[in-house]
This record gives sequence, structure tokens and C-alpha cells, in this order.
Amino acid sequence: MQTELFFQYLVAGLTYGTIYAVVGVGFNIIYNTTGIINFAQGEFVMLGGMTAVTLAAFVPLPVAIAAAVLLTMLVGALVELTFIRWLGRPTVLRMIVITIGVSIMIREAALVVWGESVRALPYFTGDEVTSLSLWGVHVSPQVLWSLAACVAIVASLWAFFQHTPLGRQMRACASNRDAAALCGVPVRNLVTLSFALSAGIGALAGCVVSPITYTAYNVGTGLAIKGFTVAILGGLGNSTAAVAAGFLVGVLEAFSVSLLPTAYKDAISVAILLAILFVRPSGLFGSAEVARLEARG
Amino acid sequence: MRRAGSSRYARVALFVAVVVAVQLATRAAGKEFFLTQLTMSAYYTLVAAGLSLLMGYAGQISLGHAAFFAIGGYATGALTTLDLSARRGEALVAFLERVRVLAARPDPYGGELLAVHPWAACAAALVLAFAVALAIGVPVLKLKGHYLAMATLGFGTIVYSVVLGTSALGAADGIGGVPPFPVAGGLAVGGGRAARVANYYVAWGLVALALLLLVNLVESRVGRALRAIHGAEDAAAAMGVDVARYKLATFVLSAVLAAVGGVFLTHYNAGIGPGESGIMKSVRYVAIVAVGGMGSLWGTVATSAVLTFLSLRGYFGTLDDAVFGAVLVLVMLFSPQGILRLDARAALAAALGRLRRTEASP
Repeated sequence: MQTELFFQYLVAGLTYGTIYAVVGVGFNIIYNTTGIINFAQGEFVMLGGMTAVTLAAFVPLPVAIAAAVLLTMLVGALVELTFIRWLGRPTVLRMIVITIGVSIMIREAALVVWGESVRALPYFTGDEVTSLSLWGVHVSPQVLWSLAACVAIVASLWAFFQHTPLGRQMRACASNRDAAALCGVPVRNLVTLSFALSAGIGALAGCVVSPITYTAYNVGTGLAIKGFTVAILGGLGNSTAAVAAGFLVGVLEAFSVSLLPTAYKDAISVAILLAILFVRPSGLFGSAEVARLEARG
Repeated sequence: MRRAGSSRYARVALFVAVVVAVQLATRAAGKEFFLTQLTMSAYYTLVAAGLSLLMGYAGQISLGHAAFFAIGGYATGALTTLDLSARRGEALVAFLERVRVLAARPDPYGGELLAVHPWAACAAALVLAFAVALAIGVPVLKLKGHYLAMATLGFGTIVYSVVLGTSALGAADGIGGVPPFPVAGGLAVGGGRAARVANYYVAWGLVALALLLLVNLVESRVGRALRAIHGAEDAAAAMGVDVARYKLATFVLSAVLAAVGGVFLTHYNAGIGPGESGIMKSVRYVAIVAVGGMGSLWGTVATSAVLTFLSLRGYFGTLDDAVFGAVLVLVMLFSPQGILRLDARAALAAALGRLRRTEASP
């Protein structure tokens, strides 16, 4: 393979990797506070992108994106308040089925609102033919925007969880829910917050990559599967590892296109998922002991 | 379990009576065209019945059962439409034709088409589904909870992208021109108004047979072992139940039942498309089992017949998927044991109680 082509695949892989990484992190935020895998995670990305496209027709782009993120956070919080909050401690099977049902309802609502057409935000700087030359490789500025957004999301989440009182409470809630509640941590509200947060970062990622990857009402399921692959690959609950895993999956997928028909692209990341689940369910970076303990719970 | 053996056969008899009554009712109402969708929903019901055994009795979720339906349908579809007449000279083809695995039939353009006989194709499809279920089931069933759900969902996605991306399987168009499936005498599973009533009875007769098999299974030693696994896996293992083997056997049985549904519906519709293996289809089967009640075969069959029929007749319009999603959420929120077991007043009281507790807590 020529060097230039190699780097083009790499750049494409990193772009898709951004969104997988952020969806994976979104899974982790909710999983950490609740032990729930939210199958509607991909729908938040779709909602963010679609809302921003609609709003961008009326207001400047940055305002549209900010509003889309806030609206999606609201939807995330509402999902938790309506469907999760009053269930107490439901079984895993019940939670899986409920979040799948919620994802279908969000998707169908999006179909009614936006129809089947594929949409995209305008490029943040320049247009689709603008490219920067980095070490001889042509890169769209939007790719840099995506990478920057991903870094910003992970860095601010890290700062939030490590250095703010609220973040510390959420970590307490993650490590032992009962003990946290006994210490006066408002566990239920933090769960709502975790849904809003993970919806918000999903929406932001959905906006930033939409000029390149496009968005439509039905992109959520695919993103959820890939985001879960990434979360598992990094070890459930480990967000830094999920980001690394996101780029890994994105790049592998991009290179698979050069070997296999494009139609099989989705099958690649799923095959990776199955292989990890069968061989090393604790993830590449996780500890096997933790996974064993969690599997029993 | 606690019921006498005769009552379980009484239920099957009641089921047969309902099937006959529905047919007579459509005739009396002059709506015999309903039988077409009722026949189709019978084949989908086979999938739901198998999944009910897996989810309700063995307690294992599968978000990939549409894939087994599609494996059955696509295998029989591909084999019965693969024209080998140009290769008659080859020894293997000639031998297969002599032992009647291959059968000649006229093609629509006046020529002759030599393809696998539907019975042989059906056998091959079921063996394929069996083998895939076994190969997938061994590693997948070691997983639990979210991991199991995602792994089966992933398996479904792979099958979907393979049938969608493979031109030999018709890619986005699917396979068409599948011949009718000769059952006995002049009767064949296939479209056409003349055989509509007969086909209805073949389809629901097949469901009755499957139910007979399943009710005997769940009332037997195997059924008790499955319920023990569902209740407490570790305890069951400690009592000497071979947990892994029972789970795998249930998974394979439900997969083969799904493939049977796929095989016959493909012959009935004369074709199959990639949509049959989609994730939304798998979720539908889960929704049907959830509504019918986890662990209630009869509830699942009744729900499947009604919901699938309504959906196939297009009563839900463009909200088809949304209806299944909403039904899934509502049932799981308010009555996780299925709506047939819902005691409305008790559920309402419990919901209000929960609400009050939520408000009271900080």
C-alpha cells in the first residue's frame, strides 16, 4: 500500500474512532453510576446531530450546537426520570429490554420529525474540499475539529470527576452506591445527571463529526454496537482505555475496507466484539478478576 | 409440573379448536384473505415459541434470533433456486439428480431449471442452523447479562451484513422465485389462493406440533432443570444440573425452530429479503415473548399470533416499529411477567406506592 493511501485510511479511521470513543465513554459514565448498559446511547448521538442541523438553519452554528447539546441532555435526563428512576433495582434482563425499547421509540420519533433523509452540518471551517497538508498528508480541518472535541471531552470529564465535589460524589456512587447514599450523596439525582452527561457528550460528538460522516434517524443502533465494542475492549468502566480502544476500532475498520467489500465493514467491528467477549471479557486493559466479580453480580 | 399430563394435551386440543374456529370465522365473515397473514404469522410464531423457551425457561436473552430465521430461509431459498442444469455432465450433479436430491422444474422462460429439491434443501437448512447455533452457542452462552445481549446482537448484525452484502444471496433484493414446498399429495406450501385454507392448516399444524414438543419438554425433567437454572444458576449447578449443556441444548432447539419458520415462510412467500435478519426483527421476537410473559408458552403464542397478524395487515401503519418499542417498554415497566399475568389493580397500587416512595426519599 502506498504511504499516502495508508495515511488517508488512518485519518478516516481516526475520525470514526472519535465518535466510537465518545459513545464508549458515554456507556461507561452510565455504567459506572448505575451498572446499566444504556442501549439507547447511540440515539443520543443521532439526536445531537439532527437537532443541530435543524437549528443551524435559524441561528449561528455554535449556538445551534450548544442548544442541541443542551436539548439532548434534557432528553437523556427525561429518559432516566421516566423509565429508570422509579424501578429500584431491576434485573439486568429487564433493564436491557427497557433501554432497547426506549432506543426504538427515540428512533421512530426522529423518523416522524425528520423523515428518512440523510443530513449533515456545514463544515466548521472551510468546506468539503478544504484540506490542510500535514507532513504531506491531506487532512480536512473537520478531522482536527473532531479530534480536538474528543480530547476536550475526555479532558473535561477527567477534570470533572477528579477535581469537583460533584464529580467526587459520582465516583463514590460508582464504587459503592449504598455507602455513598449513607454518606448523604444524592444517589438518585446523580444517576439522572449521569444520563444527562452521557447524552450531552454523545450529542456533541454527533455534531462535530456530522459534516464528515452524515447523520440520519437510524444511525444510532450501529453506533451503540460499536460504542459497546469500544467500552468492552477498554474494559467496562475505564474511560481512558475506551478512548484508545475507540481509535483502534475506527482504524481497524478503515483498513478493513481495503481488504474486504465495504458492505462487510460493520461486521468487522462486531467480529472484534465477539472475539473479545469470547477470549477476554475483561477487555484489553481491564483486570480479569474485576470482570469475574462483575459477572456474578 | 404440578399439572396432570392430560391437562397439557387438553390445552393443545383447545389450541387446535381455536385454530379451526378462526378459519371458520374468516369464512363466515367473508374475509378469507386474512388467512394469508394468519399463515405467515404462524411461521413467525415458531420463532417466538422457541425464544420463549430460551428466555422464559432457561433465562437467557437472545437479540439475534432473526438471524436463525434468515439462515433457514436463505439456505432453502439459495439451494432451491441455484440452477445446475448446465452442469448435468458432472458426475456429482448426475448422481444427486439420480437420488432425487436435485429436481428439475420448468423456469418462467420456458426452459428447465435443475435445483435442489425443497425437502433436501430444508434438511440442509436445518443442519446449517443447528451447526451455526452450536458453534455460536458454546462461547456465547458462557456470557451473562449485558455481555450475552450484546454478543447475540452482534451475531445478528454479522448475519445481516453478510446477507445484505453478498451478491450471491441477492444483496438488498434478497432471493426470489423460490418454488413451493411439496408436503404430501398435491398439497404444497406456497402462495396461490386455491391452497390458502390448506396452507393455513399446514402452518398452524406445524405450530401445534412444536407446542406439543415444547410443553412436553418444559413439563419434563429437562424443564425442571431449566427452571432451576433460571431461578438460581449456582444452586442448580450445585444440585448436579449440567447448566452449560442445558443452556446450549435450549439455544440450539430454539434456533432450529426459528430456522423451520424461516424455511417454510420462504417457500410460502416464494422468497426472502435481508430485512428478515435485521436487528428490529430480533427485537420484535423479544417483545412478543415479553408481552406474552416470560415462561408462558401459551401467552407467547397468543401474543405472537395477534401482534404479528396486526402488523402484517398494516394496522400499525408507519408506526409499526414504534408500536413494538412502546409495547416492550410498557410491559417491562409495569408487568415484567407479561400482560396475561397482569393484575391491573395490584399493578396500579404498586406503581402508586413506588411513586410515593420516590417522592418521600431525598
